[in-house]
Amino acid sequence: MSAIPHGLEHGHDHHHPSGLMRWIQTTNHKDIGTMYLIFSFIMFLSGGVMALTIRAELFQPGLQVVQPEFFNQLTTMHGLVMVFGAIMPAFVGFANWQIPLMIGASDMAFARMNNWSFWLLPPAAILLVGSFFVPGGASAAGWTLYAPLSIQMGMGMDMAIFAIHIMGISSIMGAINIVVTVLNMRAPGMTLMKMPLFCWTWLITAYLLIAVMPVLAGAVTMILTDRHFGTSFFNAAGGGDPVLYQHVFWFFGHPEVYIMILPAFGIVSQVIPTFARKPLFGYASMVYATASIAILSFMVWAHHMFTTGMPATGQLFFMYATMLIAVPTGVKVFNWVATMWRGSMTFEAPMLFSVGFLFVFTMGGFTGLICAIAPIDIQIQDTYYVVAHFHYVLVAGSLFALFSGAYYWLPKWTGHMYDERLGKLHFWCSIIFFNITFFPMHFLGLAGMPRRIPDYNPMFADFNAIATIGAFGFGLSQLIFLFTVIKCVRGGEKAAAKPWDGAEGLEWTVPSPAPYHTFEEPPQVK
Amino acid sequence: MSSLQRASENRRLLLRLAVAAVAMFGFGFLLVPFYNTICEVTGINRLMKADAQAANSQVDASRTLTVEFDANTHALPWRFSPQQSSVSTHPGELVRVDYVLENTTDKTVVGQAIPSYGPRVAAQYVKKLECFCFQQQTLAPHERRVMPVVFVVDAALPAEVNTVTLSYTFFEVEGAAPVAAAGRAG
Repeated sequence: MSAIPHGLEHGHDHHHPSGLMRWIQTTNHKDIGTMYLIFSFIMFLSGGVMALTIRAELFQPGLQVVQPEFFNQLTTMHGLVMVFGAIMPAFVGFANWQIPLMIGASDMAFARMNNWSFWLLPPAAILLVGSFFVPGGASAAGWTLYAPLSIQMGMGMDMAIFAIHIMGISSIMGAINIVVTVLNMRAPGMTLMKMPLFCWTWLITAYLLIAVMPVLAGAVTMILTDRHFGTSFFNAAGGGDPVLYQHVFWFFGHPEVYIMILPAFGIVSQVIPTFARKPLFGYASMVYATASIAILSFMVWAHHMFTTGMPATGQLFFMYATMLIAVPTGVKVFNWVATMWRGSMTFEAPMLFSVGFLFVFTMGGFTGLICAIAPIDIQIQDTYYVVAHFHYVLVAGSLFALFSGAYYWLPKWTGHMYDERLGKLHFWCSIIFFNITFFPMHFLGLAGMPRRIPDYNPMFADFNAIATIGAFGFGLSQLIFLFTVIKCVRGGEKAAAKPWDGAEGLEWTVPSPAPYHTFEEPPQVK
Repeated sequence: MSSLQRASENRRLLLRLAVAAVAMFGFGFLLVPFYNTICEVTGINRLMKADAQAANSQVDASRTLTVEFDANTHALPWRFSPQQSSVSTHPGELVRVDYVLENTTDKTVVGQAIPSYGPRVAAQYVKKLECFCFQQQTLAPHERRVMPVVFVVDAALPAEVNTVTLSYTFFEVEGAAPVAAAGRAG
């Protein structure tokens, strides 16, 4: 493979290593995309088991299942695993599979680096999950790793820090790869404004990643040196400032929110026009809205910190800046609705998940707007209202979009149609159980139940019991997805090159399943 | 575009983006002095500096007061005098003045000082924190002693009073001397 500089002429060697070595050495964007998707699904299941343990403990007041110390480790690791292990790699998997196919490139720009960025992830995951088994257990500081807690934890915290470093490097390499691929590798005639929206949202997301992942790496490095090398960035005893950590963390953390949702917007923007059989309404405004969301995301970080004793002027600035984001997001929602308006809509699983996304994500957006109002936020800071809000945007937003995209492109990836009945069952189970799980949390939060507690006032018991039942239903529903995908990989109705009659784009011009090498000769785009 | 050309262009972009990523890593650390400066300038969070000079807020600097010191003995062969006859002070300010006491006789004598104030109304406003009058003084033959009085004149002192006289008179404590002397010897 050394004869292949940076994937220029990828794969013209005719010794495909077989078995495990094929996957370890592969530089093929489709192989790497598949590995990303499998990896993220495994992490999704492990994070899900943690979530179900949390919900089992919260089924009734009192301590039944786990002890508080372990409960805190679970909430922390659930967050870290889902954010860095499940959602982000899943979107990178989609990018690997789809971006070269969509822009008519033969592979990613740096195929070897692509292999590295994937293979960094399993060690990071082992560090993260393995930290449960070291003395003192996993990090229990919350996924935000706030100082001073993160300065006090045992070695599980160091493992989490190194895991974040590794995953950060992986994300940055992946992002650089995507930017270069999108900017330099497009087929002749494919101007930027002709690109499928998924490529646009990923291009902008990749810029966000390059800008903020290093800041997170810096923040956790400062924690590490505070812990072991006698610095006092955040250690108040040495003149440091724990609030500074929050500022640095959220400078990463808020753009990170959009890193996890912008590619979802991209997937939904591919799926809705296909099943409404109309071109996307307001393509250019979609691009500009995405870009302005990305720019605004750098100016709102302190809305996570309204209760840290910020001056009123600061609170007002961050409150209004945050509310401003509702404008471009509203443009997007409006465009999706307008795309469906008078379309010849059919509701296959991808469309169901996209429409479900639209409904439920918008609800999460509205509760976000409520959280943005400083005086209200001071009431609901660190309550279950916030938990409900970010699960509405992360599960019903990012995750539903991922399912939508998976069903949409499964025929292209596997060459088989998935079982439509199972796909629909998966959707209905997911959306119903999702709402049973998370809707009651709004009420819990408004009534004042704090997040990250293993035991609670008996007055919260009923809604917690409902949420736990919903959570187990939601968790089990995901096994339908696993089964559907395995069934689809193993066989099923043969998929046409373009299985969706309303679909547009270069990826549908190659046969299904997509051959190992596509677009060796760049296609001409008119 | 030839593939070699594209490769070098890709590498150039890779380099630029990698530099951006490294720069952003540095930016994360730059946020530390940045926030320190912001907090310094806006005065939001000055942890390492006093908010104000340490000052006694009860001192009424707008008023100046003269305190005169007087010393007497009553039928006691001691020399007793203040080291300064008066001080100029503000109400609320801590004042210290030393008195000198000397036993001019050949025997041990026990004495007790009793203060009095002029005008009499000043008595409740002169707050003594430390005084030789708080206990009996036992002086050996020809012993000489310097003893302090520390006091504050309360800022609530009526405005028409601008001179306060603090006067001490030493009395002999009859019959106490042998006991005290024995106590000292023991």
